[in-house]
Amino acid sequence: MFRLRNAFFVTALLACWGAAHAQPDAKYPGVGRAATAKEVAAWDIDVRPDFKGLPAGSGTVAKGQDIWEAKCAQCHGIFGESGEVFSPLVGGVTPDDIKKGRVANLMNAAYPGRTTFMKVPTLSTIWDYINRAMPWTAPKSLTTDEVYAVVAFLLNLNGIVADDFTLSDKNIREVQGRMPNRNGMTTQHALWPGSEFGGASKPDTRNVACMKDCAPEVKLASVLPEFARNAHGNLAEQNRAVGAQRGADTTRPEAKAGAPLPVAVAAPTKAEASAGAKAALALLQKNGCAACHGVNNRIVGPAFADVAKKHAGRADYLAGKIKSGGSGVWGSVPMPPQTLSDAEAQTIAAWLASGAGK
Amino acid sequence: MNQERPVSGSLRKAPESFLSRDGIRQVVTEARSGRRDFIRNAFAAAATGAAFHGAMAESNPVPTEGGDPNILNLPEHSKGLGQGVAPDGSYGKPSKYESDVQRRQSPGLTQTTQASVSFAPLQSLFGIVTPSGLHFERHHQGWWDIDPSKHRLMINGMVKSAKVFTLDEIMRLPAVSRFHFIECGANTAVEWGNVAVPTAQYTHGMISCSEFTGVPLITLLELAGADLKNGKFVLAEGADGSSMTRTIPMGLIKSGEVFVAYGQNGEMLRPEQGYPLRLIVPGVQGVSWVKYLRRIEVGDMPYATKDEAIHYIDLQPDGLERQYTSIQECKSVVTTPSGGQVLLDKGFYNITGLAWSGRGKVKKVDVSVDGGRNWRTARLETPVLSKALTRFNLDWVWDGKPTIIQSRAMDETGFVQPTYKQLRAVRGTRSIYHNNAIQSWLVQENGEVKNVQVA
Repeated sequence: MFRLRNAFFVTALLACWGAAHAQPDAKYPGVGRAATAKEVAAWDIDVRPDFKGLPAGSGTVAKGQDIWEAKCAQCHGIFGESGEVFSPLVGGVTPDDIKKGRVANLMNAAYPGRTTFMKVPTLSTIWDYINRAMPWTAPKSLTTDEVYAVVAFLLNLNGIVADDFTLSDKNIREVQGRMPNRNGMTTQHALWPGSEFGGASKPDTRNVACMKDCAPEVKLASVLPEFARNAHGNLAEQNRAVGAQRGADTTRPEAKAGAPLPVAVAAPTKAEASAGAKAALALLQKNGCAACHGVNNRIVGPAFADVAKKHAGRADYLAGKIKSGGSGVWGSVPMPPQTLSDAEAQTIAAWLASGAGK
Repeated sequence: MNQERPVSGSLRKAPESFLSRDGIRQVVTEARSGRRDFIRNAFAAAATGAAFHGAMAESNPVPTEGGDPNILNLPEHSKGLGQGVAPDGSYGKPSKYESDVQRRQSPGLTQTTQASVSFAPLQSLFGIVTPSGLHFERHHQGWWDIDPSKHRLMINGMVKSAKVFTLDEIMRLPAVSRFHFIECGANTAVEWGNVAVPTAQYTHGMISCSEFTGVPLITLLELAGADLKNGKFVLAEGADGSSMTRTIPMGLIKSGEVFVAYGQNGEMLRPEQGYPLRLIVPGVQGVSWVKYLRRIEVGDMPYATKDEAIHYIDLQPDGLERQYTSIQECKSVVTTPSGGQVLLDKGFYNITGLAWSGRGKVKKVDVSVDGGRNWRTARLETPVLSKALTRFNLDWVWDGKPTIIQSRAMDETGFVQPTYKQLRAVRGTRSIYHNNAIQSWLVQENGEVKNVQVA
């Protein structure tokens, strides 16, 4: 009874209040509960450009380098320059950019790439994302001080802070004021659904629906080169086999008008994956191995097929390497020691030693 | 992929083969460099080739022995007993003859499968609803199948009382069901400078449309006593490894359009689409539709998250990056005939395609079969819904000569989808995101359709 009366009272109050401040629990009793302070603290991890939400702490460039080499370099490269797995983080910014807050290379259409530090205007973004999502296979595993250190190291690689710098919650605002592209953003466009940024109200393109004799002359400006014909796989197998059209058989040259019929070829049958392969592939997925190794393609590390070829029959050696990590055998990027059980390492190693087949 | 493909024409199965990674790089590089000679030659060949050979037009031959054996000899399924209900006691699957209709990755586009994309096979879809199993995927740090009994949604920030909701509780609240498209801001991104991919799946396949069911976000904000006046922005955050975050304007939430969804096309969301809870932000690019939604924070300033300050920013010719670009402007594409397909013969065809606008309903779609010189208005199929895909159709008789097919959509604000020339004149070719230019498909004399761009 009390609840009912209370609900009526609140509803009446809400009506008086207007819509500016919504009143909790009025309409839907029994749905939801108050979050505890501990719960909010566990999940409310975002850091805004004004650094609201930033936890206190600090980290040096030197410590950041140690963490980087252990946990980040395998994907991003020793100097954050690698584009093998993700876009490069470091490079393309100059001392002059840091002074002006505009990255000159962004104005140069011929400049080949766009690194993270060429683009990002706010240091809060970097801190927030490393804290919430890095490392790639173990997000949210860094301590607060480790995040500061890694951010400090990245700033140093980009020439924004000195080698002996310590980044902290005390000086991070000042460092944000040195970000090379801090003045490189604009909200003057019509693609934000609101007026909060005072952007343009009208779209930037203005086509008209002309119906007759519109384009005086139609010229082809771009087509896919003939050698790319099969680059996306056989398009015959990417279209329904019934209907007004079929997919083009891109495994053979394009039919010339009037040419004889293509000759049918037997398709190789795909064998079912063996039990051993299934188990190994599941472990590779589970342990994040597939982030750096493809079955048939090199990513950061070698293709599993290449490892299998080189070390055929050497299951014990391979199990040891999985556990201990290594570098120099397949390239300069080191593989960190992997934390999986001996049995799991053996399963993967056995699969590799027997040819890494399906 | 093990079963036989039906052979109703003269097309035969051929083995799949992919370019090596280096090969793909070379392709992309050479494609970027223009290859003008090739283009000129290709056009010349298309224009001067001999008559259509009709090799593929044998699926309905004139009877020679008194009739089609498919009619004269009753098939097994007309003379025997069919299968019983629920063959595996499980979830129904498409016909085995539909095995080529699949989501696909674009070779060489990403180096990992967890921060990657799979494209919806637009060239094979009908109507406006994307089957949930063919809905395009975009993950930033891999997908998860989360136990719904353990999933929580928290509302905090500028609220009277921070709240926690279980999924049970969210599903008790008044629900809405609405059809909306979701398009990745980077859909058609590889085509900004030149043609780079062969089919509609790869050019436009980062779009899908579903009927989503859930609870308007404003309901939950009201339950928490959110400051709807000073809280001008909301941060949406996911529960996965990347804990994706995006800023949403409160104005859009107050309109009632934004909702938290658990349902998709009559069932729960698919894990790849954020099971058990994702944010629906109609008209706005897919990255804002945060999956595995765990938290909503009300704030008084935008958040400049990773996908608002490093990615999903649009580089302009003057070197400035447009930040907080969100709306997917009016756009359309002919899905059949489209790149990589082969027309079986001359004669009648139904040109069909999809149109959409992040600013409301599609008002009109015009189709050109002469490279944009002349246009005819297509039929819009019902329903025509706000911020949803709209299906269009147009009758066409192909005379066997080479031609270029295009579609051009207009939305209810009067905005008309731009040409590549118009779009590049304003935004250059380095914007990556929000390419909504008119798509051109070249139908060659041999029936094969190619992705092309016209000057």
